[in-house]
Amino acid sequence: MESNTVIGLEIHIQLLTDSKIFCNCSTDYIDREPNSHTCPVCLGLPGALPVLNKKVVELALKTALALNCHINRTNIFHRKHYFYPDLPKGYQISQHDQPLAVNGFLEIEMEEPLENKKIRINRIHMEEDAGKLIHLEKDGAAVCSLVDYNRSGIPLLEIVTEPDIQSPQEAIVFLQKLRNIVQYLGVCDGNLESGSMRCDANISIREENSGRLGTKTEIKNMNSFKAIKEALDYEVMRQRKLIEQGDKVSQETRRWDEESGETVFMRSKERAQDYRYFPEPDLLPLTIEQSWIDGIKKNIPELPAERKERFMVDYHLSGYDANRLVEVKPLGDYFEKAAKSYNNYKKLANWILGELLHYLGEENIGMEKSPVSPSALVGLLKLIDQDVISVKIAKNIFEQMFKTGQSAAVLVQNSGFTQISNEKEIDGIIRIVLRDNPETVQDFASGKEKAIHFLVGQVMRHTKGRAQPDMVLNLIKERITEI
Amino acid sequence: MQLNELKAVDYLNMVKSREISVEEVVRDIFQQIDRIEHTLKAYLFINLEEALSEAKKMDRRIKDNDIPPLAGLPVAIKDNICIKGMETTCASRILKGFIPPYDATVTSRIKDAGAIIIGKTNLDEFSMGSTTKNSAFQVTLNPWDINRVPGGSSGGSAVTVASHETLIALGTDTGGSVRVPASFCGIVGIKPTYGRISRYGVISSSSSLDQVGILSKGVKDTAMLMNIISGYDPLDSTSSHISVPDFLLSCTGEGIKDLKFAVPKEFFKQELNIEVKERVADSLNKILKLGGEIEEISLPNLEYALSAYSIIAMAEASSNLAKFDGIQYGLRMEGSGDLEDMYLKTRSEGFGSEVKRRLILGTYFLSSGHYEDYYLKAKKIRNLIRKDFENIFQKYDLIIGPTTPIPPFEIEERIDNQLTMLLADTYTIPVNLAGLPALSINCGFTSKERLPVGLQIIGGPFQEEKMLRVAYNLEQELKEINTVEPNLLF
Ligand SMILES: [Zn+2]
Repeated sequence: MESNTVIGLEIHIQLLTDSKIFCNCSTDYIDREPNSHTCPVCLGLPGALPVLNKKVVELALKTALALNCHINRTNIFHRKHYFYPDLPKGYQISQHDQPLAVNGFLEIEMEEPLENKKIRINRIHMEEDAGKLIHLEKDGAAVCSLVDYNRSGIPLLEIVTEPDIQSPQEAIVFLQKLRNIVQYLGVCDGNLESGSMRCDANISIREENSGRLGTKTEIKNMNSFKAIKEALDYEVMRQRKLIEQGDKVSQETRRWDEESGETVFMRSKERAQDYRYFPEPDLLPLTIEQSWIDGIKKNIPELPAERKERFMVDYHLSGYDANRLVEVKPLGDYFEKAAKSYNNYKKLANWILGELLHYLGEENIGMEKSPVSPSALVGLLKLIDQDVISVKIAKNIFEQMFKTGQSAAVLVQNSGFTQISNEKEIDGIIRIVLRDNPETVQDFASGKEKAIHFLVGQVMRHTKGRAQPDMVLNLIKERITEI
Repeated sequence: MQLNELKAVDYLNMVKSREISVEEVVRDIFQQIDRIEHTLKAYLFINLEEALSEAKKMDRRIKDNDIPPLAGLPVAIKDNICIKGMETTCASRILKGFIPPYDATVTSRIKDAGAIIIGKTNLDEFSMGSTTKNSAFQVTLNPWDINRVPGGSSGGSAVTVASHETLIALGTDTGGSVRVPASFCGIVGIKPTYGRISRYGVISSSSSLDQVGILSKGVKDTAMLMNIISGYDPLDSTSSHISVPDFLLSCTGEGIKDLKFAVPKEFFKQELNIEVKERVADSLNKILKLGGEIEEISLPNLEYALSAYSIIAMAEASSNLAKFDGIQYGLRMEGSGDLEDMYLKTRSEGFGSEVKRRLILGTYFLSSGHYEDYYLKAKKIRNLIRKDFENIFQKYDLIIGPTTPIPPFEIEERIDNQLTMLLADTYTIPVNLAGLPALSINCGFTSKERLPVGLQIIGGPFQEEKMLRVAYNLEQELKEINTVEPNLLF
């Protein structure tokens, strides 16, 4: 039986505004004292009224335009009702049948099979985030629950895709690309771990010959790309197994359990919750002028896809390297800063994608906080180009630059790592090596070409890598023929 | 004459000219409260100590020639308007103990202007009713006849004004909640245009219908306080940017000869009490005498107003009152430790039966599968009614008619009373649906029981000045009846 995986995603991103969506409270809420960033509006106190933060609309428009959406000129906010302690008004101010934007798409590049694929965006709408429950325990038993409303009223954008995604891998590629775009736009920091970007997934299996959509489940609580991948893989497998056994998939919400590595039942969707949407009477309809849209369109920064093209053309980089550099905005920024004063772009890209990423990853440091600045890296590369140090030593120096923050020139000076380009000096060492390894010399002389590499290695060891291997090779050949 | 019987504008003149002190007036008010409040039960909270100390402070300021516009004016405030640090209950058990940490915009505006808050007045729970009987705490009586209701839901505010337990009061009007009690208590009540006064800090009953109003002893008092509390508020997105005129300029000798009045025939159907009809007819004659032009007109969609109003008001209330869940403030019934159980017990215990009835209906009207049949249809009717009014105001300056079809009715519920009660706000409701301004002014009394009758003047959007001008002219004409006071000998 042929069957296809069908995945649709619902992504929430927290918008990077200074103040909340309907009040003046600061959005800088993470790790703050509970309920210190609140006011009557975001606490939902009786009598308080919402006032829309225009900046939220601006960032939302930016995102919608970057995702090729149609913008609805008249926006209505709706109340979405449900009872939960983190929701202080008994309803969430959200959007319903007149959302900000509809009918967009995002193109992703899949490697296997190699294809470009459009994932359609169904809708994008603005809404407010809820507070957070904190459950206190004593000796493993629940004591009480507390509510922190600092997060209440943080602006959110909900992005809903069509069920165009056909594998967990596609979902990951889509999400990475989306995260990349919102980071480029500066509308969201895209941090899944801290929850500034959240993703729920709807999954079903379609039987190829019937063409019917299967019953879908909704998966929640996936807090990293790894979790999303594992959860989706697990859920696809679970549903396939059910279908193969002749069982039915039931329409339900499931939670990804990181520890057990399973999706677990949360609630049934058969008794669908009635949110009793109706237009928020405390807010006027929002009319978006065409001139506003045009202004924002003009100011949309270069997005990753365009940047990649530019990197390939301007810096003659391979598609692979360009892609990797633009994948994380600060990485591309780093490259471009360095490229201003260094024109061996391929070498520059290699060092950034190799050494720099390696140490940043090892120390878990963000690109923006790299201890080696773009100009410092260029300084190091220039020393290689000028034959002052070998590549091998440069790598050693780089590690020290990363740890101490000192420049390559200073480190090279202090450690005497300067390359020996004086032939006489090397010649002396070669003589000693040849004297100490008569058998190897004999082997080479009798035709064993490879034996010479051992001799070169010995010379390099004696010079602590400060000699230029090519020069050493040539000199050894000369000396041996002399003998 | 006791100083608590002063009109607000006269008080301000006398205080500013130092004929009287703020403290004297406030003391007279508390004396009156002492004397009659235990019978009338208009206040839920009396701000005795703070008011007295504020009065003393204000007297010192006045002595130093630092005289703010409201110079210690005693104001009573309906208990659904937030005052920082003062319990605000909406006459509901569910809000018992809720002390707002902030002032409503109207509160801060009158405080900043130097007003003194005498207390918080009773209402129908969450403004749901037109009698002030539906309070969780007490039944307020009509000072003209203590066997009758004072009207509602701002009945407490109306009674404090009519019986001189304050000089002026704030109320709110969702479907007649200021005008009906003003009519039943023989005073002036204004519901300005939707958006004229900020709703920030006014605990919402039905957001698209609610508007703050003023209950006063005279038209000038109304105009004077309108000047203070009107105008755009950045904290209320639905408040209007339209500039605020000096409403006192409407209370001058300027006549009404230039004005055309429309009298809707729908306001004069068989349900209209014959004596109310006669008193309103007297007023229409006065208007003619003053040179106003009157024509009969029709508002064809008026008959659907009550249904549309009920659906919209209840739907919005069911949403607005969802926040009363026992989590952050007010009443909480612990239940069995289960969250849902806590919600159920808290809301079952906290809300009165009329509120529950409306919440259940409102929830139904918004529920999926019924939304289109009720809420959406009601909104369409609302638009038709709005259009009806727009058409009239293209040709006429004002609409005029009775405020209520009946005079104040008895508190004891009789079967035939039930219908009467439902009728009480049929003439006021359409005004809220259309967001228009309207004012009720006393236009005489029923002959046998001597019960007040109210005349309603309805204006086009932001046409409060015309309304006030007519009301002021009528007030001058009706001077002899306006001096009649309820006898407060009980
Ligand atoms: Zn806030």
